[in-house]
Amino acid sequence: MTDATQTEDFEANRPAAIPASWQKRIARSLQNNWRKIVILIPFAWLLIFFLTPFFIVAKISLAELAIASPPFTKMVEWADGGIVTIRIVFDNFTYILEDSLYFDTYVNSLKISSSATLLCLLFGYPIAYAIVRSGPVAKPIFLFLIILPFWTSFLLRVYAWMGLLADQGTINNLLIALGIIDEPLRMLYTEFAVYVGIVYTYMPFMILPLYANMERLDGSLNEAAADLGARPTTTFFRVTLPLTKPGIIAGCLLVFIPATGEYVVPDLLGGGNVQMIGRVLFNEFSRNSDWPVASAVAIVLLFVLVVPMMIFQYFQGKSAEAK
Amino acid sequence: MALSENLADTPWLDPTGQQPLVQLRGVTKAFGSVVAVDNIDLDIYQGELFCLLGGSGCGKSTLLRMLAGFETPNSGEILIDGVDMAHVPAYERPTNMMFQSYALFPHMNVEKNIAFGLQQDGVARSEIADRVHDILTLVELQDFKKRKPQQLSGGQRQRVALARALVKEPKLLLLDEPLAALDKKLRKQTQFELANIQDKVGVTFIVVTHDQEEAMTLSTRMAVMDAGRFQQIGTPTEIYEYPDSRFVADFIGSANIFEGRVTEDSADHVNVSTDVCDIFIDHGQSVQVNSKIWVGLRPEKIRITKSETAQSGPNQISGIVDDVGYLGETSIYKVRLSSGQIVDVAAPNQMRPNSKTDRITWEDKVNLSWEPSSAMLLKS
Repeated sequence: MTDATQTEDFEANRPAAIPASWQKRIARSLQNNWRKIVILIPFAWLLIFFLTPFFIVAKISLAELAIASPPFTKMVEWADGGIVTIRIVFDNFTYILEDSLYFDTYVNSLKISSSATLLCLLFGYPIAYAIVRSGPVAKPIFLFLIILPFWTSFLLRVYAWMGLLADQGTINNLLIALGIIDEPLRMLYTEFAVYVGIVYTYMPFMILPLYANMERLDGSLNEAAADLGARPTTTFFRVTLPLTKPGIIAGCLLVFIPATGEYVVPDLLGGGNVQMIGRVLFNEFSRNSDWPVASAVAIVLLFVLVVPMMIFQYFQGKSAEAK
Repeated sequence: MALSENLADTPWLDPTGQQPLVQLRGVTKAFGSVVAVDNIDLDIYQGELFCLLGGSGCGKSTLLRMLAGFETPNSGEILIDGVDMAHVPAYERPTNMMFQSYALFPHMNVEKNIAFGLQQDGVARSEIADRVHDILTLVELQDFKKRKPQQLSGGQRQRVALARALVKEPKLLLLDEPLAALDKKLRKQTQFELANIQDKVGVTFIVVTHDQEEAMTLSTRMAVMDAGRFQQIGTPTEIYEYPDSRFVADFIGSANIFEGRVTEDSADHVNVSTDVCDIFIDHGQSVQVNSKIWVGLRPEKIRITKSETAQSGPNQISGIVDDVGYLGETSIYKVRLSSGQIVDVAAPNQMRPNSKTDRITWEDKVNLSWEPSSAMLLKS
């Protein structure tokens, strides 16, 4: 009740503060622009919370290591007497480019993430296809099974893989018990384990966009191809595959980008034996406390991922125009 | 359809000694407990344009898909050109299909869509180019070769789909609701185009449709389907003028139906007694005297005249006009009989209805009569 009276009071007072014509104008502009406003809020949120950390990291990458808190030199310093010093150092970048450890690690990361992406595609494509073709009862169950792993912690699932792959782990014990092998297979802390971990972790990100793409395909296109004399393999390569290209691209990007910077899987399943850039970054940052080098590593990684993608987008746009 | 009346060109009118192109023998297809196609026999001859007509879910599309090889019959056999199709997959059958959705490949342009089928047959590249050009000329789309399907209008897509199916010169072309996606005016125009193209290329067409007008315009013969069975097979004239059941009489056009009993059956005439009047039919039809029967009368075959005095006699009824519908070219009169039954009468408006005196209107007393040849005997 008090609320109502307060509102009434407010309404009664308002015309004095804001003239009626203004009220109308504001109301109209809200009405006309509400779509933009609705989009603007999340967009601004994303922009601020992506760009701010990005510029902080970029700033740190241009600083020098210092015994301070935080452990790097300031970019802008105000000395007594009103002298402003701006200090920008590119040493971190030249250091990264000169030390072959970093170069090799970048290459190795790209090798592992691109191979893992290919493996995800090879396994994920038939799975997505099978889900699309499954019956009305099975389909939601299959989709549920794909999403189910997200309900447990990612870290927990990687630890579970350690339990499975260890020398005294489930798989080795089972194989020895069955008499297939005499000595445990070395699986944990190898590149193989890293592949298993990455392919396992990122498989849903490949399957879901492929599924969404395939689900939209008109089933009669396959029948039309068969009707025109195409065998099932020809139909696949000439009709299904070209039409699922958008899904393949989306799935590959969703796997490739996070897999390149992956830290947890190479650290836990690869041990010290598999060098990936995410692990190097973490070590620089926390063990060496070298924030400037760690930031430079991150910036280089960003360029390694973004530049090829922009080139790809550019050509994609060009060929779309040509059509 | 200007088809020659020469019997050699129309084997379906005199099938003795002719080898049918398509033979269906006891074909049955069930989806779970639903029987879509129920024990069907059918012969279709070279050069026919055969329409399968029926409401949705009557099994007509399933029948077409079995011919194309997309569905396998549970029992019975399908022979095309004398060859059993039981173990022939869709991609090896001498049939091509035009899909209701057209199913054009969205990532290929018109030319590539049409060439696709020829490439599968290993036709030489130069010959593919020639045949694609010829078929595009036939459907008048020469200038649209490089367009993608989504850049074409509905009518153009329909013609690309037809060209893609025709270019392989199949023995049998299957068309699933070929005109359903077009608007009414374009549909009427395309009906004749389709029939002309069929006449030119000489390929046997089987067309599935739910549109009776389309079936009447296109077909050499048609089958009326209901609940997975054929209700009647015949030429459009036979189906329209001599339906043999109430279902067919009512499904094709409209019909007034009277229930009665056969009082006389001889070689050249039949007499039926109904609640409303005696009906005399001037041609013989094998019916049992005293058996229950139905008589159908097409609205346009009934004469309507204004009359204050009720007349009685065979093929005459009187009633009162309950409603009038003016459609321009014709008027529909709904006439209430003394029994309460409403009879539809369609009369052409040969004169402008300007003088109020001779115009039939609401609550007028009228007499209805028809020629002895007009009534249709319906056995079920």
